[in-house]
Amino acid sequence: MTVPVLSVRDLKVEFVTRRATLRAIDGVSFDIAKGEVLGVVGESGAGKSVTGLAVIGLIDPPGRISGGEILLSGMRIDHLPAEEIRRVRGKRIGMIFQDPLTSLNPLYRIGDQIVETIRTHTNLSESAARKRAIDLLAEVGIPAPEKRVDGYPHEFSGGMRQRVVIALAICAEPELIIADEPTTALDVSVQAQIIALIKRLGRDHGTAVMLVTHDMGVIAETCDRVAVMYSGRIAEIGPVQDVVRNPLHPYAKGLMGAIPTLAGEDKRLVQIPGSMPRLSAIPPGCPFNPRCAFAFDRCRVERPEPLPNGAQAVACHLYDRAAEESAA
Amino acid sequence: MLAFTLRRALQAIGVMIAVGIISFSMFRFAGDPVNQIVSIDTSAAERASIRQSLGLDDPVLVQFGRYLVNAAQFKFGVSYQFRQPVSTLLMERMPATLELAICATVLAMVFGILMGVYSALRRDTLLAKLFQAVSLIGISLPTFLIGILLIYLFAVTLGWLPSFGRGEVVRLGWWTTGLLTVSGLKALIMPSITLGLFQMTLIMRLVRAEMLEVLRTDYIRFARARGLTTRAIHFGHALKNTLVPVITVAGLQFGSVIAFAIITETVFQWPGMGLMFVQAVQNVDIPIMAAYLLMVSLIFVTINLVVDILYTIVDPRLRATISRPA
Repeated sequence: MTVPVLSVRDLKVEFVTRRATLRAIDGVSFDIAKGEVLGVVGESGAGKSVTGLAVIGLIDPPGRISGGEILLSGMRIDHLPAEEIRRVRGKRIGMIFQDPLTSLNPLYRIGDQIVETIRTHTNLSESAARKRAIDLLAEVGIPAPEKRVDGYPHEFSGGMRQRVVIALAICAEPELIIADEPTTALDVSVQAQIIALIKRLGRDHGTAVMLVTHDMGVIAETCDRVAVMYSGRIAEIGPVQDVVRNPLHPYAKGLMGAIPTLAGEDKRLVQIPGSMPRLSAIPPGCPFNPRCAFAFDRCRVERPEPLPNGAQAVACHLYDRAAEESAA
Repeated sequence: MLAFTLRRALQAIGVMIAVGIISFSMFRFAGDPVNQIVSIDTSAAERASIRQSLGLDDPVLVQFGRYLVNAAQFKFGVSYQFRQPVSTLLMERMPATLELAICATVLAMVFGILMGVYSALRRDTLLAKLFQAVSLIGISLPTFLIGILLIYLFAVTLGWLPSFGRGEVVRLGWWTTGLLTVSGLKALIMPSITLGLFQMTLIMRLVRAEMLEVLRTDYIRFARARGLTTRAIHFGHALKNTLVPVITVAGLQFGSVIAFAIITETVFQWPGMGLMFVQAVQNVDIPIMAAYLLMVSLIFVTINLVVDILYTIVDPRLRATISRPA
């Protein structure tokens, strides 16, 4: 078996505040193989973005990684000294943020920003880096790149800027791209193009992609596998068609049921009652139990661990027996 | 770009004409100038002839027009007390004031930016907190007090620096400079610190606040995610983005440094325009006061123009707005 590009084992991230230590990520584990696109979904505050930031080592105090390990192609990258993790960032892991309008420094030409990044990570000369910058812009689909390379960010539209951001993220040919809601700030017609671009780049370069989003449509179109997060844990993870068509976890069921379909009859969409608990008040046992229609006594005391169920893995006591049986 | 500069220059001329009206009206409302010139026993006929020779019996508009035309050629009339052309007096005094103001501003910019960046990046260190505390003193202590304290310490008690004057100066054409002699440099130290301290603390606090703001922005986070070095992020990306407000404030402050050099010049008996102005006020020497008013506003207007142009050099977004006039 080949070593996965990214392997996250039992990751825990805490934020130390004056009143209490809040655990934003509590025991998250997943792998992403070469060329694979893993979607991470969940509502706001579920810990999707924090997971991405933890992987790239950008959790700022008062936050800190308090447990678990992160392996990039087999090499441990959590708790690396600042200077070493800096060399990993941009070179081996590329990151794309949510808002392309604010991701680029407004005072520098985009070409200079790309050249700067390339030259930070490689030994290319100024002119070679510039040539590469133009090639990258062409690759991400910016027309007339040799002219646009000297443009300033404000001269680009939102979608074009996100393409520039993507060019910046891939300029050192990283093994892994973390895309944190890359299409949320864009309008729908542009979203599809950006998603297609990320997908194509992943395929062409064999790059692993971690795609954080709350857009189920994007997930269904783009991802190979999907992880559903809730309250800093993974509720369910598995191949995208299984999780979308046949979700197991009651929360995942609720999420998928809330997607409107064109063919759907005129009935109300499924709604999950209540809202996700605050980090300071996560209930004991399964964090979803107060909102779960199927909760029983065990859910209120014992925390479910993700257990394999077919190709999926699900953290729910409802499937505990099924798992035991299949294991036996 | 050219159209923008021209438009701004026209506005500047408008401002200068308005200031001209004010400074011209000083002649009319601060007593009869003839009385300032003549003694008590001058006859009425002599007074009338003086009045006529000064053109004071022409219509107001004619006088104003003449005043403006003369002022545009740097002719500000004759000082009542020195009996010399005001422009000559100003030219003699200006190098001293400008040298002091430039030294103070450079001092303020260099140390203000350094201290500001340091206290933003190393927010929790003792030194950063010390800078913050010292900057409070700089902002709240009045200039004359700082000057007097410095004189007491370094001139009276320690005897290291001269307590007044400009020291030896070297003449370079019409310009006199104290920068080339040891005594001139020594004399410059305390007045520059006194004059620049407020600006320095202001710039420091501004840079610190702006820098903290910029460090929180998405593009800084993205720059970190791209693996750029801390140095490139802080000094290439963050600092440049803090510069626009710093340029504004430093530019405007340079104007006030010149205008408010009056106090520092008085404390240190610095032979500049400010000191001359204070003496002119004491002697109701209106031509000097009016000319000083015009000079200071000319400096202000020029600086504003330069600052506007500097913006467009730093921030490309403004270039776009400017080339598409509203």
